[in-house]
Amino acid sequence: MKTLDLFFRVVKQDWLLIVCALFLIIVVMLALVGIRYTGYTYDQISDASLLPPSRTHWFGTDVNGHDLLTRTLYGAQISLFVAATGTIVSLSVGVTYGMISGYVGGRVDNLMMRVVEIIYSLPTLVLVIVLVTSLDGPVASLLKGAGLTQFPPRLVLIVIFLGLTEWLTMARIIRGQVLVLKEQAFVQASFALGQSHLRILWQHLFPNLLGIIVVYLTLTIPAIMLDESFMSFLGVGVPAPLASWGTLVSDAASLINPIRLYWWMLIFPGGFMTLTLLALNFLGDGLRDALDPRVRK
Amino acid sequence: MTALILRRLLQAIPVLFIVVTLTFLLVRSAPGNPFSTEKKIPVEIMEQLEKRYDLHGTMGHQYLQYMTKVTHGNLGISTQYRNRTVNEIIAQTLPVSMTLGSMAYFLALLFGITCGGWAAIRHNQAGDRVLMLIALLGISIPTFVSAPVMVMIFALKLNILPTYGWGSPDQIILPAICLSIPFAATIARLTRGSLLEVLKLDFVRTARAKGLSEDAVLFRHALKVAILPIIGYSGPAAAGILTGSIVIETLFGIPGIGPFFVNSALNFDPFMTSGVVLVYSSFLILFNLLADILYFIVDRRVKLE
Repeated sequence: MKTLDLFFRVVKQDWLLIVCALFLIIVVMLALVGIRYTGYTYDQISDASLLPPSRTHWFGTDVNGHDLLTRTLYGAQISLFVAATGTIVSLSVGVTYGMISGYVGGRVDNLMMRVVEIIYSLPTLVLVIVLVTSLDGPVASLLKGAGLTQFPPRLVLIVIFLGLTEWLTMARIIRGQVLVLKEQAFVQASFALGQSHLRILWQHLFPNLLGIIVVYLTLTIPAIMLDESFMSFLGVGVPAPLASWGTLVSDAASLINPIRLYWWMLIFPGGFMTLTLLALNFLGDGLRDALDPRVRK
Repeated sequence: MTALILRRLLQAIPVLFIVVTLTFLLVRSAPGNPFSTEKKIPVEIMEQLEKRYDLHGTMGHQYLQYMTKVTHGNLGISTQYRNRTVNEIIAQTLPVSMTLGSMAYFLALLFGITCGGWAAIRHNQAGDRVLMLIALLGISIPTFVSAPVMVMIFALKLNILPTYGWGSPDQIILPAICLSIPFAATIARLTRGSLLEVLKLDFVRTARAKGLSEDAVLFRHALKVAILPIIGYSGPAAAGILTGSIVIETLFGIPGIGPFFVNSALNFDPFMTSGVVLVYSSFLILFNLLADILYFIVDRRVKLE
């Protein structure tokens, strides 16, 4: 609760941060609730192909006569879902890894940080593309076997592997914090009193890391969102009946020609996506300036 | 210093080994056919093809065959782009990607440092605020959104630059600018932040006190120290430009390595995919090492001051 209080206190200081937070709430509400009131469904095909924005289709229509407003909001659902779940994956890995590395220290810490350094110097997104394309089939049969056919295998793979690539910064920061915290009197005292390592980590260190976790959480969400749409744009992201913002922009880009400009196909999904990323980055930056003790001077 | 370089180079060998092994085994164990995704190939022809490409027998056998070739500098024949060796494709496409990438990197450094410095000396003034907002927008706008928008404006509406292709100098401008935007924005933010820190330091006050002009203080003294975080950022920037160029090459129809990679990964081409992953990884590891060496050199000089 203290973290939430802090969050609100920071956000209240700057009206731009309030605007960003409100904008994000509106996007989420539109994607979850507003989509039901557009008058169309995301997979509804019609003859009204490539119409510019009008009163019946606020954002116009695409090649297959889909209502672009509905598609954009549906894309928001998928993009936000991938970003949120991927962030949870990256958060759990990053925090656990960083806490263990910093707490154990010594050679283990050295080795664990060397591993992070190595992964940092690899083209992780390229490796994710290889992993997602080649594990698509096996995971599909695995999910079928488990009776989980409602989850598209690629979506599951993207969430897991993007989560597994974006934890490095979090791990580094958490480790740095734990290194400082574990030398402090209250931690040393609980250690002297014979508390178990697990309890010290969970009861004493974790609550003190919450602020910084919230900051890097807000910065991980846009990073994963960008990665996902990048992959969807290249055709290795979310599979066909689904559509994320990346897919929609890719559809628009494939229609670029010198004779006619279908600007609405690009501007609406692309604009929505850019504004969402901007709001998230702005919020993350503001929170970091306020809460990260390494930035705070 | 030599020890550092040696250690890092030795460390790179097992890393590259693991990466290539992982890629090859993953692509080979995927339930897709590397020779055709649509039509069914008759069994006899399939056997012949697998023999020709050394893709017959057990997985272990195939892997050993491949690794033997790799250690001899032969990356195999592409199954997706028939009759072309992976070495040949990479030799043709890598220089294109490198030209585009280094051009974008140069632009990012040029604009990033200039804008960051400009903003820092106007700290908290309107110009600084506006520029930093633009920089945040530059970070937030995905390349695959900004690139089509730029094409619509500069190529289709204003008709001053070509939309597509590769070869003439004017064809590199638009893709290089689009690719550099997010990195220029990040570098601008880094430069500004670090310059603001440095300008508070004692040696800057000394430089001013001895009567140096503000330009000399900024460029001769402060910027030299403030450049450190940008060197630190060069590794991640190179990784970002590398992946970003895949999108840009696809969008602008540039014959770089990116589209080949995506196609071969989608079509289960084990040799092409592993080959490109190997090239990408070695390049990044090497680039990171160079950046670290540079950091080391510059940092030392700083400590001596």
